[in-house]
Amino acid sequence: MLQKNSLKALSRRDLLKSGVAAGATFVVGANFLTHASEAWAMETKALSPSSMATLVQVARDIYPHDRIADQYYAIAVKGHDDAAAEDEAKKQMFEDGIANLDSLAQGAGHPSYIAVGWEDDRVALLKQIEDTPMFQEVRGGLVVGLYNQPEVWPIFGYEGESFSKGGYLARGFDDIAWL
Amino acid sequence: MVAPYDMSDDSVVVVIGTGAGGGTLANELAQKGVSVVALEAGGRHLPEDYLNDEWSSFGQLAWLDMRTTSGDWRVSRDFPNLPAWIVKAVGGSTVHWAGASLRFQDHEWRVKSEYGDIEGANLLDWPITGEEMDPWYTLAEDKIGVTRTGDRPGLPGNNNYKVMEAGAKKLGYKDVHTGRMGINSIDRDDRPMCQQAGFCFQGCKYGAKWSTAYTEIPKGEDTGNLEVREHAHVLTIEHDDSGKVTGVVYADKDGNQHMQKARAVAVAGNSIESPRLLLNSASSKYPDGLANSSGQVGKNYMRHMTGSVYAIFDHPVRMWRGTTMAGIVTDESINDPSRGFVGGYEMETLSIGVPFMAAFLDPGAWGRSFTSAMDGYENMAGMWLVGEDMPQESNGVTLHGEIKDQHGLPVPNVHFTDHPNDIAMRNHAYQQGAAIYDAVGATRSFPTPPYPSTHNLGTNRMSENAADGVVNKHGQAHDIPNLFISDGSQFTTGAAENPTLTIVALAIRQADYIADQMNKGNI
Repeated sequence: MLQKNSLKALSRRDLLKSGVAAGATFVVGANFLTHASEAWAMETKALSPSSMATLVQVARDIYPHDRIADQYYAIAVKGHDDAAAEDEAKKQMFEDGIANLDSLAQGAGHPSYIAVGWEDDRVALLKQIEDTPMFQEVRGGLVVGLYNQPEVWPIFGYEGESFSKGGYLARGFDDIAWL
Repeated sequence: MVAPYDMSDDSVVVVIGTGAGGGTLANELAQKGVSVVALEAGGRHLPEDYLNDEWSSFGQLAWLDMRTTSGDWRVSRDFPNLPAWIVKAVGGSTVHWAGASLRFQDHEWRVKSEYGDIEGANLLDWPITGEEMDPWYTLAEDKIGVTRTGDRPGLPGNNNYKVMEAGAKKLGYKDVHTGRMGINSIDRDDRPMCQQAGFCFQGCKYGAKWSTAYTEIPKGEDTGNLEVREHAHVLTIEHDDSGKVTGVVYADKDGNQHMQKARAVAVAGNSIESPRLLLNSASSKYPDGLANSSGQVGKNYMRHMTGSVYAIFDHPVRMWRGTTMAGIVTDESINDPSRGFVGGYEMETLSIGVPFMAAFLDPGAWGRSFTSAMDGYENMAGMWLVGEDMPQESNGVTLHGEIKDQHGLPVPNVHFTDHPNDIAMRNHAYQQGAAIYDAVGATRSFPTPPYPSTHNLGTNRMSENAADGVVNKHGQAHDIPNLFISDGSQFTTGAAENPTLTIVALAIRQADYIADQMNKGNI
């Protein structure tokens, strides 16, 4: 599950020295990954924390929104970890798929996928796997998993439900002034 | 009060489906004193239940039973098991419809005469004329309370409409207005005026939009002559040795099967389920399915030429505020073959929220091109393009050879490939839609592909001659006098207009005919 401010005991130094420091998402233990800002932390069930961190980066590279924080991408892909815990074949698909992505990155002269500095270079790697079941499952899941989080709607300006506020009849349904 | 009715009561008319066609027919018959049992596959959801949330509402209302697809259409690639976006609930797709209530143009009742022979198109004139339909349209408009008809005022235009209107007028379009809508612009029929809430597609929580769920159905029930059975999914229509239908077999919520006897049966399950039901009712007497001596059951599936144009501006639009379909440009709905296609199309504003935009703007797309479009959501305007598509005999609904539904019956496969006329029309519409937005300063526009079908038409079509179609001009099966089709599947051709008003007008007319035929003892 995703926990806010749950790893306060960990110092930034602990975070930085622990494992694959990647993007802004860090692996901090056998089952934990967290964000550099310590704004959130996630415990994984089946996938390794480093695989989960890669998955969060893959999610951002598929649907990059610079104003959406990592935690929403993490929430959007967490379901794959839950599914992997129920289904060994699924777990294998993700672990193999991410290992494959890392080896493609290594073939291009990088230590791992998550260590590739430029988005364009990561996208070039994703293009090579876009027909794989893992990629399609991650992309397909993000359409609802990312964009259906009410917390991200304000970033797009979208106001969500309106009934409780009486609709927009008195709240700007026709307030356009620039035409 | 006579209802509820006994299963063995063979004096009732069974109506299958409670949407625009079935819901209207059921009430009209009940008002005339005819005993009606309406069987609805879904449950009953009323305005207090509707959800201002796109995916939750979809889960609450959509018809999600297994279906398969084939053909060249992109829906088959992107949404292979969701050919249509329609509703499984009391009220059918009138819970979900946007409200556009447009009459066919006169020439659209006789397009074979008007357009001539179009290669690959299975065109036919309707056996009814515009003149003949005129009074029924008026009754339908009064029933629904269509704005800009009778003495009813139009709705006010929202931001999305104002952008389209300004662009359209700059381009020289003349017939631009806030539409003829089945949404109250004034308090009427014990329902309030539109509160500009958005979420028309999710069921109107104010009940300002007409839906049979909370108009026709309760009015019919109030007569005591209408019994609505919810979660009653009809599996087959039964007949006797003479060939007349005698009742229907349906599954209830728990999957238990029941036989309801009937004096006549009216099928209004939308253009996928209606032909599927006739095909699944095949017997030794009717080996190709009921009412199918012409071989046209399930054929000629039409879904309207559709597409959308969304555009981003350098200032906010906030298109989601207010009526989803807030206005229309009708200038392109004429038949002007010099444009490179026959028939015409309407441009109607449309808005979807962030969750659906992510799913439908460009299904399958990823990366910055897609996400930068989503980032422009607040500054986006949108329109839907809807025009006449060509009936093609090869497009249609067939029974799947292997996959069965929860009741053990073959699921429907929906096959669709665009006719070249459809493609030419869509390309023209994309170009004109983008030009409207360019005229008011769009910085980027998107020719968005068709959504899963909302207008499903033509699979039990009406014809003068029994060899050309499934039903006559009253929606009565050519082969079986006490079997009727009462939904959009009876459409001979689709016209450019949203179909609901025509479905309702035909249902009112059909109720008159059925009651008359019963009085005369013909059925």
